[in-house]
Amino acid sequence: MVDVTWGGARVGAQDAAERARALDKLRLGDVIFHAITRSAAILVLLLLGGVMVALLLGALPALQTFGFDFVTTQRWNPVTEKFGALAPIYGTLITSLIAMVIAVPFGLLIAMFLTELCPMWLRRPIGIAIELLAGIPSIIYGIWGLFVLAPFLQQYVQPALISAFGDIPVLSTLFAGPPYGIGMLTAGLILAIMVLPFVTSISRDVFDAVPPVLKEAAYGLGCSTWEVMRHVVLPYTRVGVIGGVMLGLGRALGETMAVTFVIGNAHKISGSLLAPGTTISATIANEFTEAVGDLYTSSLIALGLILFVITFIVLAIARYMLMRIERRVG
Amino acid sequence: MNVATSVATAAPTHPPIDAAALRDKVAIRNLEFFYGETKALKGITLPLYENKVTAFIGPSGCGKSTLLRVLNRMYDLYPNQHAEGQVQFDGMNIVEPGLDLNLLRARIGMVFQKPTPFPMSIYENIAFGIRLYEKLPKRELDQRVEQSLRRAALWDEVKDKLGASGLSLSGGQQQRLCIARTVAVRPEVILFDEPCSALDPISTAKIEELIDELKEDYTIVIVTHNMQQAARVSDFTAFMYLGELIEFGPTDKIFTSPTDRRTQDYITGRFG
Amino acid sequence: MDASIYAARRRSNVMATVASYAATGIGLAGLAMILIVLFWEGFSGLSLAVFTQMTPPPGSAGGLLNAIVGSIMMTVIAIAIGTPIGMLAGTYMAEYGRHEKLTSIVRFINDILLSAPSIVVGLFIYEVMVVPMGHFSGIAGAVALAVIVIPVVVRTTEDMLMLVPNTLREAAASIGLPRSLMIRHIAYRAARSGIITGILLAVARISGETAPLLFTALNNQFYSSNLNAPMSSLPVVIFQFALSPYADWQKLAWTGALIITISVLVLSIVARALAGTRKAS
Repeated sequence: MVDVTWGGARVGAQDAAERARALDKLRLGDVIFHAITRSAAILVLLLLGGVMVALLLGALPALQTFGFDFVTTQRWNPVTEKFGALAPIYGTLITSLIAMVIAVPFGLLIAMFLTELCPMWLRRPIGIAIELLAGIPSIIYGIWGLFVLAPFLQQYVQPALISAFGDIPVLSTLFAGPPYGIGMLTAGLILAIMVLPFVTSISRDVFDAVPPVLKEAAYGLGCSTWEVMRHVVLPYTRVGVIGGVMLGLGRALGETMAVTFVIGNAHKISGSLLAPGTTISATIANEFTEAVGDLYTSSLIALGLILFVITFIVLAIARYMLMRIERRVG
Repeated sequence: MNVATSVATAAPTHPPIDAAALRDKVAIRNLEFFYGETKALKGITLPLYENKVTAFIGPSGCGKSTLLRVLNRMYDLYPNQHAEGQVQFDGMNIVEPGLDLNLLRARIGMVFQKPTPFPMSIYENIAFGIRLYEKLPKRELDQRVEQSLRRAALWDEVKDKLGASGLSLSGGQQQRLCIARTVAVRPEVILFDEPCSALDPISTAKIEELIDELKEDYTIVIVTHNMQQAARVSDFTAFMYLGELIEFGPTDKIFTSPTDRRTQDYITGRFG
Repeated sequence: MDASIYAARRRSNVMATVASYAATGIGLAGLAMILIVLFWEGFSGLSLAVFTQMTPPPGSAGGLLNAIVGSIMMTVIAIAIGTPIGMLAGTYMAEYGRHEKLTSIVRFINDILLSAPSIVVGLFIYEVMVVPMGHFSGIAGAVALAVIVIPVVVRTTEDMLMLVPNTLREAAASIGLPRSLMIRHIAYRAARSGIITGILLAVARISGETAPLLFTALNNQFYSSNLNAPMSSLPVVIFQFALSPYADWQKLAWTGALIITISVLVLSIVARALAGTRKAS
C-alpha cells in the first residue's frame, strides 16, 4: 500500500523536484508542437505564394515575348507561335456574366422562398438538397450539358431565339445563327445551373442572420412578405449578399469542366452568344497536354496567371464583404 | 429591522478562531489588475489563511472572479491582461513573469462555475492529471483514482462505471468529478469559482459539505454571489466593490457587524 | 386607408411570391433533371465488368477498374498528405495563434485558396513537380489534390476547435496541463466528429476534381499502381470518353459520372449525419 498523503503542503521536496522534471519534458513537447503547428500555418501562406511564383516564372517567356499585346490581341496561332489572350478572357467574362445574370435572381428568390414562404417542415429537406447539389462535381454538369442541354438548345431554343430577335437591332447580333448547340450561351447556362445551389445556400445563410425582431417589427407594421424582403432583409444583408454573389462569380470564372464540354473551343471573339468561343480554363484544359514548344506552354501558363489574378481579386472582395457581415452578426 | 439579527439566521456560528494559529498561505499585497487599459483591481491587500475557507463576495463586476483568476494566473491564457503587485506564495511572487505556470497551477487548483469534465471516461478524467507528473504502476494509479473520487464523495456513485464518459454524469456529479480531478494532482490551494451556480439545491448542499471537509487538508478560496453560501462555508470573507477590497475579516464579523456602510448595504440586500 | 395603394402593395407582393415559388420550382426541377438523366444513363451502363475490367480501346467492351483504382490511390495519398498539414495549421489558428496577426492573414489566404480555380493548382504542380521530374505521375496528381484538401481541412479544424468551450481549456490549464497536451487529448477529442466531417467533405471535394489531374497524373490506358508513372483517374477518363465520338466510351463516361456522384452524395450525407449527432449531443 502506497502512503499517499493528502494535504498539498505534504507533497515533499523530492516530489516537487520530480514534478518539475516531468513538466520540463512536457514543456519541451509543447514548444515543439507549437513550432510545428506554426510552420503548418506558414506553409498555407507559402502555398499561395508558391502558386503565384510558379505561375509568374512559367508565364515569363510569353509575357516577355508579347508584352502587353498578350492581353489585347486575339490571334492564337500555335503554328506561327503568336499568342494573344483576348478571346479566352472575353469568353471567361461573358460566360460568367451570363451565369450570374441568371443565377443571382434565381438564387435570391429561392433563398426568399426558403426563409420566408416555405412551410417549416419543408425547409430543411430543400435546404439540405440544395447544399448536397452544391457539392456535386462540376464534371457532372459538364457531361449533362454536352449530352442533354446542348442538343436541346440546338433543336428547340436557339432557332426560336434567332427567328424571334432577327429583326431587332442589338439582339439580332447577340443571337445570330447558326444554332450550333454548343457555345457561349450554353456554357453560361451550365455555369448558371452549377452556381445556383451555391448562391442560394449562401444567400439563405445570410438572410437567416437577420435578427427576427427586425423582421417581426416590419411585419408588425403590416408589411407584406415582399416588403419585408425588399426594405428590411435585403438592405440589412446587402453586404453579405454581394459577398456571396462575388464568391459565386469566383467559382464561375475559374470553373473548368462544366465549361470545357460545351464552349466549342474557338479562339475568336464573336458578337453572337450562340457562336462557339473559349474561356481561359477551357483553353488550358484542352490544349495544355498537346502544347508543343516552350512559348505555347508559357502562353497557356500566362493565361492561368491572368485567371488566378482575376479570381484572386474577386474572391478577396467577396471574403472582405462576408467578413464584414460576420462581424456585424457576431 | 435590525441587520444583525436578520443575518444571524443565515450564518451558523463558527467555532471561535484562534488568531495565533493562523498562517498566511497566500499573501496578496497591493495587487492591481488590468484588462488592456482598464484597471479591474485596485490595490488589493489580503491574506489567505492556511486550512481556512475564504469567500470573496460582492456584486457582479466587482472583481471577485478576476482576483481568483490572478491566483493561478488563468488570465495568462488571454492577451492584453496583466497584473502588478505582489501575491506571495511559498516564497515566490505569483504574478511575476518567468514563473512556471504549469507547476503553479498544479499547486493551486481550480473548480469552475460550470462543470468541465474532459471528453473521456470517468477514470481517465482523474488519471490524466496524475500521469502528467508521476509514473505510477497500474495498481497505485487505481488507488489514487479511488482515493480522489472518495475525497470528492463520488466513489460510491461511480465505482461500477468508471469506464463511462464523464459527460454521462449529472451536473452535480460532474462538478464533484472536477473536484476529484483537482484533488488528484495534490494541490495546496483550491480555488472555487461560483461552483454551485449551475447546480440544484441538493447538489449544492453536497458540494458545500465537501468544501467543509476539504479545508482540513487544503487552503480554500471560494467566489460566490450567494451570501448565504458564503456565510455557511467560509471562515473569512472579503467584500469587494468596483475593483476594491472594501472589507475583510472573520465571516461572523462581516455578516453581523460590518464596519463599512457599503458592506452593510450589500449583505442586507440593498444593492447587488 | 387608401385602397389603391393597398391594392398596388398587394399586387407587388403576389408577384414577388409567385416569382419566388416559380424560381424554386424551376431551379429544383432543373437540378433534379440533371440527377435523373445521370441515374438513367449511368445505371443502364452499370455492370460487374465496370469494376473488373480495364478501360477499353474504342469499339470494344471494357470497364473502369484502372480509373477507379487510380482515383482511390490518389485520393488516399492526397488525404494522407493534406490532412495533417491542414489540421496542424488549423490548430495553430484556433489555439496557439488565436490572437496573432499571422492567424488572420492565414485565414484570409486560406479562404481564397478554398475557392481558387482548381486548374491553376494543376498548373502549379505541373511547374513544381512534373517539369523537374520530367514526366507525368500519379504522385504529382495526388499532391495536386492535396493542395485542394489542405484549405478545406484548415477551415473545418479551425471552426471546430473554436467551438470547443474555453472553460474546457481553462479546466485543463487549472491542473497544470501544458497546451500541447490539452490540444491533443482534450480539444481534438471534443472536436473529433467535426474534424472528421471536414475530412469527409474534403474527400468528396477531390473525388470529382478533374482539372488539377489533367496535366499532373495525365491518364493511363492500362492498370498501373506505379505512382511514378502516369495514372488513370475516373474524372479524367470521363472527360476523355465523353468528348469521344464512340458510343461505348460515352456510355462508360455516364457510368463513371454516376459512380462519382453516388460516392460524393454518400460522403456528404455521412458527413452531415456526423455533424448532426454532434449538434444533438
